[in-house]
Amino acid sequence: MKLNYRTVIFAIAIVFGVFFSAPSLLQLQDGKKITLGLDLQGGLHLLLGVKTEEATKSRIKSITASIKHFTEREDILVDALSFDESSITFTLLDIDDVKRVKNYLKDTTGISVDVNAESFLLELTPEEVIRTQKQAVDQAIETIRNRLDQFGLTEPVVARQGDEKILVQLAGIKTQEDEQRARELISRAAKLELMAVDEDRAARVQNMSHADAAAYGDIILDDVKNPAIKYLVREIPILDGGMLTDASMGFDQNNRPLINFKLNAEGAEIFGDFTGKNVGKRLAVVLDGKVYSAPNINERIGGGSGQISGSYTVEEAKDLAIALRSGALLAPIYVMEKRSVGPSLGADSIEASMVALIGGFVLVILFMMLYYRAAGVVANIALIANLFIILAVMSLFGATLTLPGMAGIVLTVGMAVDANVIITERIRELLLEGKSIHKAIEEGYANAVRAILDANITTLIAAIVLYAYGTGAIKGFAITISIGILASMLTAILGTHGIYQLLESKIHKSKNNNFWFGIRESK
Amino acid sequence: MEFFKYTRAFNFMGKSKIALILSVFMVLASFVILMTKGLNYGVDFAGGTIVQVKYDRAAPIDEMRERLKSNELFDGASITKFGSVDEVVIRMKSTTSSISVDIGDVTRETLEGTGNYEIRRVDIVGPKVGNELKEKGMMSLVLAVIGILVYVAFRFEWRFAVASIIALVHDVSIALGAIALVGLDVNLDVLAALLTILGYSLNDTIIVFDRIRESVTGSKNTELSEVINESVTRTLARTTLTSLTTFFVVFMLFMFGGEIIHAFAFTLLVGVIVGTYSSIFVASPILLWFGFDIKAYHVKLAEKTKREVEKQKMREQFESGVM
Repeated sequence: MKLNYRTVIFAIAIVFGVFFSAPSLLQLQDGKKITLGLDLQGGLHLLLGVKTEEATKSRIKSITASIKHFTEREDILVDALSFDESSITFTLLDIDDVKRVKNYLKDTTGISVDVNAESFLLELTPEEVIRTQKQAVDQAIETIRNRLDQFGLTEPVVARQGDEKILVQLAGIKTQEDEQRARELISRAAKLELMAVDEDRAARVQNMSHADAAAYGDIILDDVKNPAIKYLVREIPILDGGMLTDASMGFDQNNRPLINFKLNAEGAEIFGDFTGKNVGKRLAVVLDGKVYSAPNINERIGGGSGQISGSYTVEEAKDLAIALRSGALLAPIYVMEKRSVGPSLGADSIEASMVALIGGFVLVILFMMLYYRAAGVVANIALIANLFIILAVMSLFGATLTLPGMAGIVLTVGMAVDANVIITERIRELLLEGKSIHKAIEEGYANAVRAILDANITTLIAAIVLYAYGTGAIKGFAITISIGILASMLTAILGTHGIYQLLESKIHKSKNNNFWFGIRESK
Repeated sequence: MEFFKYTRAFNFMGKSKIALILSVFMVLASFVILMTKGLNYGVDFAGGTIVQVKYDRAAPIDEMRERLKSNELFDGASITKFGSVDEVVIRMKSTTSSISVDIGDVTRETLEGTGNYEIRRVDIVGPKVGNELKEKGMMSLVLAVIGILVYVAFRFEWRFAVASIIALVHDVSIALGAIALVGLDVNLDVLAALLTILGYSLNDTIIVFDRIRESVTGSKNTELSEVINESVTRTLARTTLTSLTTFFVVFMLFMFGGEIIHAFAFTLLVGVIVGTYSSIFVASPILLWFGFDIKAYHVKLAEKTKREVEKQKMREQFESGVM
């Protein structure tokens, strides 16, 4: 027996395979393990779309709010300040103020200002629209990530897909309640607005239509708990959640949960100014388009902190605080694709494919030994090594094993035999032609390898295309197939060749081709 | 053990007419089925909603149907058994895009009181996503074929490439026809299976082609049909054995892999059988019909070798500084 480089590499590959697949197979604490896909361990997969047009709308709204605040502070008289989806219009009463307002607007980036005598037309520039929409998606990803981090799940996946899609994957969601909570936390816009109640007309709110309200520059909002209660508030908010710096859960004097929030310096100034000027009037605390409370302003509120009270449970208040703290979604999101798999289904899937895998594997192994004898055993060693290497590589890369991925492994087992069959058939053929053992092995490999390479490379091309263009499930399949093909080339071409070289003198001495290759030479 | 001991070449090419008729018939039949019955796109591609419910006893399908009628979200919902009597799948064409109104929750409320059950899976695929998946699926299929075509043409000859692609189209069409015939839902996993067939069928064809190429370059025989017969016979043991082992594994998946993997395994099962047949009877005769000429190929090979020798000479001259 002579050691050769092929056997050494093969031995190293086997050790590598066994060593790195052990943590996954034995469920060890340490070491890198294969992650099970959501279809196998259960969990929630969401593909979310972002309504980016809403982001530009809210950008317009916030510019309008700041113009309103600026003009009020500077005592500039403004008429018909209004906005729609893409533009803001207003007219100044005093032409002398035009210059001051123009100067102020200079600091606002991303808008085009069109002034005609005293009337202003403001529009977002096309670049600003794109920037705002992109920012909305970025921010949504960031926000959702922050919220989920605080939710206490292990390794949630939040990733951008394409231009305006967000992929969220939550493994290990066990109960329906958890799923519901996670969904609510993700979807919550958490857009906080402080709005002035239109005290002059509030008494008539029950008899007003939305069009009536719009005529006064007002909107009608429902109470969060009781939709029968309506509030008439000024459409342009005093403040929006962008100026929020912190939010946390607290308790009021009756020990009911509430949310404390803090504003940044600019917000605090605006808030202070407004409350100072409007003592005796009501301030509506609006969250996601619903009025949570509308307390009377008793005095100027400085320091920039406030409260949102409402009758929620501790859990609700906590989630709401998380949502507010991690920032508002600039644009609402919606579900494009949702897949949720219960843990029991995943376990069933694992079990079923394990049965198929082991069953198929045993059949193949028995067949190979029966048909090829010792050569079959060599092929089986390669096959088993192949499986270990696939698992080891997947563990090392932290690849995700999905159901189609498992099918891919099952299939690789079927196909890895192919290379061994081709090689053994070639050797048999040459032996039957009367070639020596050495010649039969070397020539057999030389001839077989070309065919195996061509066949495997073409399959690999298909797998790579699958990986590049496929989505989720297909990707998992492509990964296992690709790793399987590469591993099979290593084990079947290199590994078995090494074993034959190692055994060559033995085979030569015994002259028993029936034992070694399962053939009888016909003379 | 030797099932396929080589004694003499079988006359495969002599049977190629019969094979041609059979293949044309099967491919045409598949097209007819695809045209008339059409493919049953599942939620992945058509978009829609699937809710999988498992009871701890036989599912009360009639009662469930009654209950679902009460909610317009379930308009046009169909309930079918899934693998066993206690598990059912509710399918709908519609989808909900709101995150807070979840069809899983709604189903739970609607089925309240029908017994002990568990909602095991909720799949919602919006129409936009479905279309995108369809486009991407088609795209990956086309790209894979192009990639294969280029590689085979480069490694062999253009006729080999075209013949292998025709064999591929043959296999995939018949598999698609079988899927349409049985009325399987075409989902991502079925697409994965189709792509596997693509790779598998190709694998088989390439092995045979490789042998043909070897015989063409190595032997003095210039009668192509004889060379093909010889090569196909020589690789017959390998083709059948590999198909057999793959068949074992896929068959196990089909039998024991459970309902979820059922469509995938079925598609592969058809593919393995058709792929084996096509690599023996379909791919090689095409070479013949395309007028692959051994003599011309020899001349071409000789020229290629000559060019390489010349190049080598030039390089040597250049390297030794003699120009």
